[in-house]
Amino acid sequence: MSQEAVLGQEAEEHHHGPDKGILRWVYTTNHKDIGTMYLLLALGSLLIGGVMAFVIRAELFQPGLQLVDPNFFNQMTTMHGLIMVFGAIMPAFVGLANWLIPMMIGAPDMALPRINNWSFWLLPFAFTMLLSTLFMEGGAPNFGWTFYAPLSTTYAPPSVTFFIFAIHIMGISSVMGAVNVIVTIFNMRAPGMTFMKMPLFVWTWLITAFLLIAVMPVLAGVVTMMLMDIHFGASFFNAAGGGDPVLFQHVFWFFGHPEVYIMILPAFGIVSHIISTFSRKPLFGYTSMVFATSSIAILSFIVWAHHMFTVGIPLVGELFFMYSTMLIAVPTGVKVFNWVTTMFRGSMTFETPMLFSIAFVVLFTIGGLSGLMLAIAPADFQYHDTYFVVAHFHYVLVPGALFSILAAVYYWLPKWCGRMYNESLGKWHFWLSFIGVNLTFFPMHFVGLAGMPRRIPDYALQFADFNAIVSVGAVLFGTSQLIFIYNVWRTTLGQKGIKATDLVWEKPEGLEWTALPSPVPYHTFQTPPKID
Amino acid sequence: MNTPRYYVPARSHWPILGAFAVFLTLFSMASIIHESSQGEVSLFSVSMAVVAGFLMLYMLFGWFSEVVNEGLRGMNSEQLKRSFRISMGWFIFSEVMFFAGFFGVLFYARTFSVPWLGGEGAKGVSGMLWEGFNAHWPLLKTPDMTQFQGAMGLIDAWSLPFINTVLLITSSFTLTFAHHNLRSENKQKTLFWLKVTLLLGVAFIFVQVAEYGHAIHELNLTLNSGIYGSTFYMLTGFHGAHVTLGAIMIFVMYRRVDNGHFTPEDHFGFEAAAWYWHFVDVVWLMLFAFVYVF
Repeated sequence: MSQEAVLGQEAEEHHHGPDKGILRWVYTTNHKDIGTMYLLLALGSLLIGGVMAFVIRAELFQPGLQLVDPNFFNQMTTMHGLIMVFGAIMPAFVGLANWLIPMMIGAPDMALPRINNWSFWLLPFAFTMLLSTLFMEGGAPNFGWTFYAPLSTTYAPPSVTFFIFAIHIMGISSVMGAVNVIVTIFNMRAPGMTFMKMPLFVWTWLITAFLLIAVMPVLAGVVTMMLMDIHFGASFFNAAGGGDPVLFQHVFWFFGHPEVYIMILPAFGIVSHIISTFSRKPLFGYTSMVFATSSIAILSFIVWAHHMFTVGIPLVGELFFMYSTMLIAVPTGVKVFNWVTTMFRGSMTFETPMLFSIAFVVLFTIGGLSGLMLAIAPADFQYHDTYFVVAHFHYVLVPGALFSILAAVYYWLPKWCGRMYNESLGKWHFWLSFIGVNLTFFPMHFVGLAGMPRRIPDYALQFADFNAIVSVGAVLFGTSQLIFIYNVWRTTLGQKGIKATDLVWEKPEGLEWTALPSPVPYHTFQTPPKID
Repeated sequence: MNTPRYYVPARSHWPILGAFAVFLTLFSMASIIHESSQGEVSLFSVSMAVVAGFLMLYMLFGWFSEVVNEGLRGMNSEQLKRSFRISMGWFIFSEVMFFAGFFGVLFYARTFSVPWLGGEGAKGVSGMLWEGFNAHWPLLKTPDMTQFQGAMGLIDAWSLPFINTVLLITSSFTLTFAHHNLRSENKQKTLFWLKVTLLLGVAFIFVQVAEYGHAIHELNLTLNSGIYGSTFYMLTGFHGAHVTLGAIMIFVMYRRVDNGHFTPEDHFGFEAAAWYWHFVDVVWLMLFAFVYVF
């Protein structure tokens, strides 16, 4: 039975529902099951990474060393970053891609369903390995999520070896997942769905997948070189042997900068859908959105050294990377303009997904503008390695990427499970998150500009008030996510909430709304839908 | 019933086994490396690695057999066949980027960091650290010769590496001969040229091993001899591993041709192995140029 690939066979095989019990999830080849598992993994990681953030904020609530010793503090900042980037944001977007791309392009499933299952199940093993380092002798990695050499080579705790191999597993998973997405989009679109008719979420994911395939192997390369330096006497990052620690930063950020766009491009797709639906207008400037996304992706390969202005790169390098970075503001500006113009004179309503999306546009733009400030090489010497940088990337990742993921779940959940979430709980969740997120990250700009360094468990007295506010904000933001978890739980497993119509919203665009019932059946589009 | 049906496979136990096998392999490797740096390797880690190895083989054999059998039973639609082609192409692109990273490291060291170490450039302050260090590529004398001993000489590009270049380029041709014969349904000739390709591949690996022996024992060129040794072994080592993988693919294709799995029109398994082989060949040409000759 398990051998049956069912092309050309009769309908019974097609209409089989999900299996019962745990094995359904272990053996599944269904894109919806796998998408759900990715999203649950992301939620679990968000909670674990969130607890680590609580430890960090508890320590920083007051000046002086309070709760944890500095080495453990460093482990917390490192693991918080790694878990949130590789465990929360990336798997959440892959989960959404799994759920949505086949439904949006009229495909029955992902192109390679078994590889899809493999990509997912590699991740729990990878994170088990990564988290197990917390209990090893010498503790978990403590060199920051960017693991700069020589902190991560000469001075690393012994557990770094397990960290390296955990990154390798995540890399295999990401590359296989990305290949799957690309093949699905290239080869599984329903007849008539040309590239320029594809929904923007599909477009942004196509470009994201390209970035993943291009840079994840480079990450694998850089951790392999670390392994060689640590255990086999190589000197890639050791100047005594003719290598260069700065070389590590170059290779890492050649991966790292496209990586940050991997974590934001799908978000652009999501908010484009949501803003259009709740403004009751087609998206303004679809074509320019596609080109802007592509330009951002291409530019992402030639801006990496803006993370390294202070390490002593040549002046011509500083200038090149400064100007190329500033260029990114142009396509990003096009996007923000298009979102605002889509809303302009639309008959807007403010359901929870729309609230999160509008907050995304405003707050992501703040994060983008602080990024522009950081791009100015001479000014960056002041900002570098301060809380200003922490404020910047949390603004693009939390009210940016994370808000878009929350918006996406609220927006598509009724389609997935057939019931509406509770709107007033959703609004509570939004407003508490909105206040919490700004309370947490906005004051970081001030203490950063005033010179508070990042990744240090103690600080000068003048930063005390702002840090106390930040910690309170973090607790508010963190705990208000419990409302979200309760809301999703009561809608799905709890079976509460009114039944959703097939369209769910008022005239949304896209095959997932117009061609499929709510809740969507276990298998959708066994034959291709018609596209006008 | 005239509408094209899509391919939706039933549930499968291979992926979870695959995920576990990958995990166990890498975890046992990490344990062995970790323990050997701390003192002694435990029996537990070694046995874990052995189990992982067998599990990996079982999984790869089982999973690939299943895919092959589905193809033989005609279950694969034209669309699925296209999916296979596209995904193999992008997989090879990911491999290209893997090597691109190491080549980037090589070029960076040669063009920037080693000259800077020697005091070149506006910020070349390193002369203060290691006085008398002379920047020169290939770097045989490292800045700190007590920590990294350097090497006594280089592999002559026109000795063993040149033989290897000839071997690999020839093998690309012989593989193409095999492909042409497969297309014109000449099984015996296909098998013959595949055998020649495989022999050339194995010969390459043997020459590479001999070259390593020469480098280590006579030239003292090891991973430990500074940035030249590091990049040399990283690039040639990963390339050699890929040649080995490619040779295994060619061997599998030999068996599959022998078993009559392929038709002149439909032989993607063969083509995928050939693409991979040519990719490995191109990487070697880059290596030959930038690691050995220039």
